[in-house]
Amino acid sequence: MIRVILPPHLRNLAHVNGEVKLDIEGQATQRTVLDALEARYPMLRGTIRDHLTQKRRAFLRFFACQQDLSNEPPDTPLPSEVATGKEPLVVVGAIAGG
Amino acid sequence: MRSAVRVLVGTRKGAFVLTSDDKRERWDVKGPHFGGWEIYHLKGSPADSNRIYASQSSGWFGQIIQRSDDGGKTWYQPGLKDGKSATNPGGIPKGESNKFVYDTSSVNGKPLTTHQWYDGTQHPWEFKRVWHLEPSLTDPDTVYAGVEDAGLFRTTDGGESWHEVAGLRGHASGPSWAPGAGGMCLHTILLDPANPKRIYVAISAAGTFRTDDAGTTWKPINRGLHSQYIPNPEAEVGHCVHKIAMHPSRPNTLFMQKHWDVMRSNDAGESWLEVSGNLPTDFGFPITVHAHEPETIYVVPIKSDSEHYPPDGKLRVYRSRTGGSEWEALSRGLPQHDCYVNVLRGAMAVDSLDSCGLYFGTTGGQVYASVDDGDSWIPIVRDLPAVFSVEVQNLP
Repeated sequence: MIRVILPPHLRNLAHVNGEVKLDIEGQATQRTVLDALEARYPMLRGTIRDHLTQKRRAFLRFFACQQDLSNEPPDTPLPSEVATGKEPLVVVGAIAGG
Repeated sequence: MRSAVRVLVGTRKGAFVLTSDDKRERWDVKGPHFGGWEIYHLKGSPADSNRIYASQSSGWFGQIIQRSDDGGKTWYQPGLKDGKSATNPGGIPKGESNKFVYDTSSVNGKPLTTHQWYDGTQHPWEFKRVWHLEPSLTDPDTVYAGVEDAGLFRTTDGGESWHEVAGLRGHASGPSWAPGAGGMCLHTILLDPANPKRIYVAISAAGTFRTDDAGTTWKPINRGLHSQYIPNPEAEVGHCVHKIAMHPSRPNTLFMQKHWDVMRSNDAGESWLEVSGNLPTDFGFPITVHAHEPETIYVVPIKSDSEHYPPDGKLRVYRSRTGGSEWEALSRGLPQHDCYVNVLRGAMAVDSLDSCGLYFGTTGGQVYASVDDGDSWIPIVRDLPAVFSVEVQNLP
């Protein structure tokens, strides 16, 4: 079970409170977690990564275990603490724009 | 109170729905919807007043399209009502109501993937946001979307999926289009009520275009425009058209607020004449036409392109009852000192009750209304976030 913490605007879009919990088949990577997240909450498609290129949107970051994983390749395995649900994957909106 | 009119207000931090009876004295304000998001535009379907579409966007999370089927009380992303999702053939939820992908196929002619950038080089077309939503005059499920970078999209399934009307961007002049200070946006769409195959669009900073075959082919209609800020002031494209307007009873007569200059065309855009006349400044953003008087038009003069506020700190709407050239200032009820707000291109609209109501919103968060052709104004709400757009619906 993977835990994901979304920024408030995306929680509102997805109509969820608190953490999202996802079951992933196979290895937990940014791609598999986001695939599962978007399958459960299709209203989030295009809001975290681009519809076409699948690239992370510029002002969003991925944090976990006090590390910035934003620039890791999407198929790199997430830390084991995230894969086991001990720590959440945090989607963060950058402080930008004033 | 039986609602007779509904004013839809898009702001920098959410959408607001204002309703009143036909006296338009007391207003009920609902919102913010989508609080914290930029709402560039929301507009109701002429064919179904309960159907409203909204463009919700954010620099962080991109574009969202919202739809209401109950007059703005509740909203959902098209295709995702009641938690149910339309699915692809593989059973995967689509979630494509915010998917705007430029058509680069060979079907629509040569793929066009670049336009002119600020430094003169060619730059890829990149979708940024929807500036304008124009529902069909007859079908609530058909809507046109004007987007940045400039392009025209259409949905025929109530917003669940969008497809580019690629002939516009594929016009031979496309690679020479360039962004203005606000980006390269398609900000105005006018549907000809007398000819379903005729559509007008306006793009900053390319100019005005018209199709007579429902979008397959387009022609620039900028003859008569003169813009000193471009290398050839009378070029076929490159003009920063801020807004165009039409009265539905005279679809061949168009009015334009250009970056500088107020213009009119009597021949569906084939040629334009300047009608700035005695305006104190002919820079501005919105222009609109009285609901019952096709030769009565309104603009809000702004000091200059670098000073986006009214001259002398006085907020004044100007009215011409002669289709331009002769203008009178309308200031009763509007602030006449220390006022330095702007009125953006999409932030002025009219209702079509017997005594035509006019409405405009400011970057200071006020929405003003007049029910006497503009002679006097009252603020119907005054402390909203900066207003991007104002639209009006007459309720049955």
